[in-house]
Formats: sequence, C-alpha cells, structure tokens
Amino acid sequence: MASTVQRSSQLTLADLKGKVDPDWCPGCGDFGVLAAVQKALVELQIAPHTVVTISGIGCSSNFPGYVNTYGMHTLHGRAIAVATGLKLANHALTVLVTGGDGDGFGIGGNHFIHAMRRNVDLLYIVMDNQIYGLTTGQTSPTSRVGMKTKSMPFGSVEAPINPISLALAAGATFVARGFSAEQKHLTELIKQGIQHPGFSFLDVFSPCVTYNHDNTYQWFRPRVKKLEDDSAYDSSDWKAAIEKSLLWDEEIPIGKFFERTDVPTLHGAEPVLNEGPLVHRDPRVPPDIARSFIEELM
Amino acid sequence: MKQTFAVGIGGAAGQGVATPGDIFAKIFSRRGLNLNAYNAYQSIIRGGHTFLTIRTGPEKVTNMGDRIDLLIPLNQDSMDRHLKLLTAGAACIFNADTIQPTSAADGVQLCALPVSELADITRNKVAQNTLAIGAGLHMMGIGFQALEEVLKEQFMKKGDAVVAENVGVARAGYDYAAAHFRAFPNPLPKTESRYAILSGNIAMAMGGAAAGVKFYCAYPMSPSTGVLHWMAAHARKAGIMVRQVEDEIGVINMAIGAAHAGVRAMCATSGGGFALMSEGLGMSAMIETPVVVINCQRAGPSTGVPTKTEQGDLWQMLGAAFGDYPRVIAAPLDIGDCFKIIPEMFNLVDRFQCPGLVLCDLLLSEGRLSVHPEDLDFSPFIDRGELITASNGDAAGATPVTKTDYKRYRFTESGISPRAVPGVPGHVHTVATDEHEEDGVLISDEFTNPVKRRAMMEKRMRKVAGIEAAVSPPTLWGPRDADVTLIGWGSTKGVIEEACEILNEQGISANQLQIRWLVPLHGEAILEILKNSRHTIIVENNFSGQFARYLRSETSFVPDGHIRKYDGEPFMPHHLVEAVKAQLAGNTKLSVPMHEIMV
Repeated sequence: MASTVQRSSQLTLADLKGKVDPDWCPGCGDFGVLAAVQKALVELQIAPHTVVTISGIGCSSNFPGYVNTYGMHTLHGRAIAVATGLKLANHALTVLVTGGDGDGFGIGGNHFIHAMRRNVDLLYIVMDNQIYGLTTGQTSPTSRVGMKTKSMPFGSVEAPINPISLALAAGATFVARGFSAEQKHLTELIKQGIQHPGFSFLDVFSPCVTYNHDNTYQWFRPRVKKLEDDSAYDSSDWKAAIEKSLLWDEEIPIGKFFERTDVPTLHGAEPVLNEGPLVHRDPRVPPDIARSFIEELM
Repeated sequence: MKQTFAVGIGGAAGQGVATPGDIFAKIFSRRGLNLNAYNAYQSIIRGGHTFLTIRTGPEKVTNMGDRIDLLIPLNQDSMDRHLKLLTAGAACIFNADTIQPTSAADGVQLCALPVSELADITRNKVAQNTLAIGAGLHMMGIGFQALEEVLKEQFMKKGDAVVAENVGVARAGYDYAAAHFRAFPNPLPKTESRYAILSGNIAMAMGGAAAGVKFYCAYPMSPSTGVLHWMAAHARKAGIMVRQVEDEIGVINMAIGAAHAGVRAMCATSGGGFALMSEGLGMSAMIETPVVVINCQRAGPSTGVPTKTEQGDLWQMLGAAFGDYPRVIAAPLDIGDCFKIIPEMFNLVDRFQCPGLVLCDLLLSEGRLSVHPEDLDFSPFIDRGELITASNGDAAGATPVTKTDYKRYRFTESGISPRAVPGVPGHVHTVATDEHEEDGVLISDEFTNPVKRRAMMEKRMRKVAGIEAAVSPPTLWGPRDADVTLIGWGSTKGVIEEACEILNEQGISANQLQIRWLVPLHGEAILEILKNSRHTIIVENNFSGQFARYLRSETSFVPDGHIRKYDGEPFMPHHLVEAVKAQLAGNTKLSVPMHEIMV
C-alpha cells in the first residue's frame, strides 16, 4: 500500500502529533492504538501529507484529529465508503480507516463487508471495546452474551459478531488482531497492514475502562496468545485462520491470522486507473472521443 | 398549429415494442425531423402493457402531444385500450390473424395485415412488427430504402441471412400497404438538419462527462439507472471511475470521498435512494466538499409506482438532511437541458463548496428527444473554484513534514475558504462533520464555544448570497400582458409551451414562467413578474402543489389557480388547455385532469 514514501527529511514522532490532545478517558485502550499508528508511520517514514486518516463517529473515531496526517472525521459507520471513494480518486495516497466496533460492525456493517470483497487497498483499524462508549455504555455488536449494559440491563441474549471470522469469510486479504497493551506487536501489525496491497483488517482489543467491566486489560492479558509465537502456524492457510478465529475464552489468538497477496486491489483491477491517479487527470474528454459519444446517438 | 405526426406502439413487455420504436426514431431523425418519445411502461420484465408514443415533425417537438396518427397494437389488449381514442384521419395497423378491431371513431382507417400470408411466422417471431413498420412507412410517404438501411444496421451482427429475412418481411408489409391501405394525406417532410436522439439519463451522464466528472457511483434504481448504464459503458473511453455500490448510503459517501480527493464526483438515484443519502448531503455541506446528486423522481411515496413520473420530491430536496446549510437545487427543463445543467451545477458547487441537487423526473430521464449535436457541448466552461491541488499548491518536494498555518475553514467575506486536497504538502488538516474551528479542530466535544459556533455557521451561510448572485433569475416567456400566466418548474416546460401556443391560437393569450433554479429561487424577481399577471396558474405533476407551497413560503405569493396531476402519467397539452379555460370561466381553481389513456 505505502506507495508514496518520501524521505526528504527524517520523520519523527513529534511530527505526527495532532493539533490537540486526545479527549479519551485516562487508561482508554485507544491511546495505545494512536501511539502504535504514529510509531508505524515513523518507522515506515511515510510523509504525513500522503496519508489520509478517515473515521466515522464514536470515541475512537476522534482519532484523525490526534494524528498529523490529512484527516476526515465523517459520519457514523460511513468511513469505509468515504475511504473507498477517496482511494479510487487518488490511489497514490495511503489510506487508514479508524473507528470502533459499533461504527464498523453495527451501523457500518454493510460497507465493511463490501470493502473486503472489493479488496480496497486500505488499512482498517477497529478499536474494539465491545461497548458503545460515547453514548455512555450500551451493548455493541461484539458485546458477549450475558454482558449487562444500559441498553440490556439483564444481560445481552444476542450472539456477538466474530469480526475475524467475518473478515475471513468476506474475502479480506489481510486479517489480524492486536491488543492495545501489546505496543510492539501492534505496531508491527499496523506496519504490515499498511504495506499489504489490498484490504487490511486489524481488530484491536482496546478496553473501555469506563463502561466495559467485563473485558478489561486484566481479563485479556492472560488469555491473548500471539500467533507469531507458534512457529507451526501458517498465515497463508485460510482454513487454519478460520479455526483460530473461533477461539475465545481460555485462549484468544492475536497477531496475523491470514494474508494473501495474489488478489488484485480494486484500484489495480480497474484499467481506468492505468494512467495514474484520477485527481491528476485532465478533466476534459478528448474531442474525438466526445464526438464518438454524440455520433452513437445519431 | 404545428405539423406533427405521432406513432403509438402498444404491446406486452417482451413483445418487442422497443425495436419498432427505435427503427421509427432512426428513420424520422435521418429525415431531419425532430422527435419526442415517451414510453408508458410497468415494473414488469415480461407481460403487462407498454405503450410507446413517438411524435415527430419538422419543428421542435417538446412533448407527446394529444393525438396518435398511427396506432400499432401488437396484441388484443393494446387494441382494446387505444383504438377507441383515435380520431378521424388516424389509422391502425394490426395483425388480422390474432387481433380483432374494437369500435373505432368515424374516419379511422383500420388496416388489417394478413400476417401469416405475408410472412413465415414460424421462422420470424416478430414478423407482425416488421410488417407493420413497413406498412406504416409506406402510409407516411417514406421510401423503402430508409427502412432497408436501418434494418441492415439493426441486424448486421446476426448475419446476412437475418438481414435479408427482415428486409424481405418489411418489403412485404410495405408493398401490401401500397396495394391496400390509404396513405396519410401529408407525407412526412424532410429537412437538412441532423439530430442526436437521447434520453435525459444519457444527457445527464454525458453532461457529467463534459463537466469533467471523474467519479460516478450509483445503486440501481428506476428511473435513474440509465445514467449508470451510460457511465458504465463509456467509463473507460471517458476516463471515469464508475462503481456500483452496496446501497445509496454507500453511494453518497463514496462520491464525497472521491470529491474530497479533488475530482468532480456525481451520483444519481430516485426518491427512495435519495432519502438514504440525506445524511451524506449534510456531510458534504459541513466538511464543504462539493458533490452533485441527481434525483430522477418517480411516483411516491415509498416504493410508489416505480415506472411512472411525478414531481413529488421537491420538499424532500428542500429539507434533505438536518440543520441549515447552503445547497443548490435545479430542475432541468428538457432533455437538452439535462446535459447543459450538469456543468453549470458543478461550477456552482465547486465554487461554493456545497452539495448540488439536480431534480429530474422519469418523464425526462426515460423520455427521448432529438437534440442538435451542437447543444451537446463537450467543452463547457469549467470553474473549479478556490481549489489547492498538488499542481498549484506549495511546491511539491518541499518539506513533507507539515506543521502549517493553513486553515481549511478560514473566515472570509464570501464564506468560501480555499480548499486543499489530500496529498498537497504544507496543507495537512482534518475535516470533520462535527462543528469545527477555522483549522478544523472540533468545537463539538471538549471545546464547545457558542461564539465560535456562531461564527462558523455564519461563514458557511454567507455562501448563500454568493450562490444567489451567481444564478440568473427566471424570465417570462410570451406576451407580457397575457390573459393567463402558466407557472411551471422543470420537465413541464414543453407541455406548457405547447398549451400556450394552442391557447393563443384559440384567442386566449397565455405566457409562461418556467422555473429552473429552485434554490436559489429569486423570489423577488418572480414577484416582480407575477404582480403584472392577470391570472396566474401553477402547473405541477404532484398532489399537494409542492412548488405552489414553496413559492408561497418564500414570497407569500398565492396564485389564482392550480393544475395538478398525480396519476403517474405526464400532462398532455389538452389537459392544460381545458383546465385553463375552465379556470378562466370561473368554474374551478383546482384542476386535476383525467388521463384518458389507460397505461
């Protein structure tokens, strides 16, 4: 993905600091994701003006304001649709989409599925806290059965979405899971996701310290197991990835579940883009072609 | 009165109504004649009843008119529905093997074709259609060669044998008519003009290409799908990225994403899809990224009548998305205008960085009109507004590390802030649908601030005055001191124009005020015109008088009367003429003409 890497001066973490500091609650998992994204961009030395960070609405969707790249803070659930249009209009840009589980798997679920089958070349990071935070604590599509929230005070009776299985089934070409508290590991996954040609999905456990008292740092820490620590695990094996994606409770895998690079990206599959990004093109239809369009009608 | 000739072809969907229609249209067009075609159809792929009216003549033909000169019913149902509406001088060509004529008015010529005697119907399933075309053309006084040429083009791909077969059948029909049927008294004239024939959907798609649209996306929805079809078929030649999206919410957001990257982006839908887009329009306005949305209206509410026309979405457009924001709304006046209005709309929205809505309807979207090729201008004026791109921004290659003073939403007198697109060094910023400061930082969550909110709201809304100044007010057509002024908007232009001509011929002087720009409306200019009118009537294709209510809300103007229609079919000239007479006689203030044709 990172097609435009400029190294005209050394990029540092300070360069990637946004205009304002995050307004997340102290201890929020999203701080770790922000730091990891900034580190990844520095390590990859991608010029900030060639990156666009696009989000929907929610606590984690405030993300673009906190990182010094081009940014779009769009509508609830719509970030992926906006990002798809932007990438197709200027595929030289590196596109990051950030948001929460409600934004991406609830209201934005349809766009999520279709972007994966299209293999749009972007990295989609979901800060998954299994709760609606900005609306003060309601059940989300990834809340576990039995979890008590303000909207389901007697405990959720609905089965949650499994984002990793869903992404694998929908045809995502890079599927990974991180944990906000595992900084180095997360930074590495973000770097791989940015560099992957195609749709990269990265679900990150990003605990909500205010509203989710079930899935806390303490809950996750003993359970998460890095796939990278298992030398026998083959991330090109889709069926193995599906099996791993079903694990929960005692052992929850994090890391890269799956990657394939043999599927063309959406912008790569469209001959219209062969001559380079649309934004740099002459808007005029050449006169001979315009004439042929009219002659068809005569 | 204008010299025109109208052919009506009726049949079940799938019976081949379209092909004879295309053949007649080509032949008329190549004689240098104008034409207007309207297909009344249903939401069914096979079966039902479709009725295509092609009206032609040497002068401009702006609507389907009031009478059918030649009826070609392809089944008994079409005969039953339409024969009784023919008047003296008209003719009906039908397959005598399968169709029985019903009662016809005096002076209507019944032309029975013995189809199985003239053609091998086991080999040629549409022999009755081809025979009827041949016979009809003879009666119109058109030489056979014109038909032979068109048939060759039509069937070329299927090989010489198929061409020969069809030419032979057509010839049999042509010759049979020469021997047995009375020709129409006036042969169809010929002129030196040459026209392109296109639908409003094709016109809007081509207008988009001419305007420099580089991104088009849509979800299929009648009657807007024709725009997608043209775009998809011509995308590679025109260098346009065309996408079919999962839903209309995705459509508007994808278009805005592309527009934000710096290209002109457009999408089209109908009322239902437009409803899904409304939150996105608010985003376009709030982040100040221009986008153009076409709404091809169909009869609502809800799924409504998907294949029928209406002007019922005006208030949806006026009220789309919550909050106050600048928008532009225009209704094309005819199919030629469908082309022209798109580059104009893009120049406005690029300049004022807001959403632009084109309010079309099924009548124009799917109707067809002959348009002079010079009116399809692929080099229109293009104004991208205050846009900072890689080519005109800070020198590329300058320090890419960007801590800058660039303010995306800088306060200006015009309300327009220079817009940098992603990728331009030195202008890194974040746009937000939350309310924001000049530099894009949110003032919605942590830093709410009534003073800053007010200032930003006023900055955006200052653009409204600029938009108003950039668009010309409407003008009155026809004699200033007429007995009656007919006020319409958008697609009713042609039929009102013809009704005025008929009224003038009948001694009632009439003039017309047709509204193209709905927002900005120019209410003062409209009042100035209407205060001198003797009798004002608002004509619109909806139930509640949506435009009348809008005009009243903007100007306090109340017309003397209304003519409305909401049965799914467009107005015919006589509907308006009769209603005007009834209203001038003081019989009523609200006329709702009955559509006599059962389609």
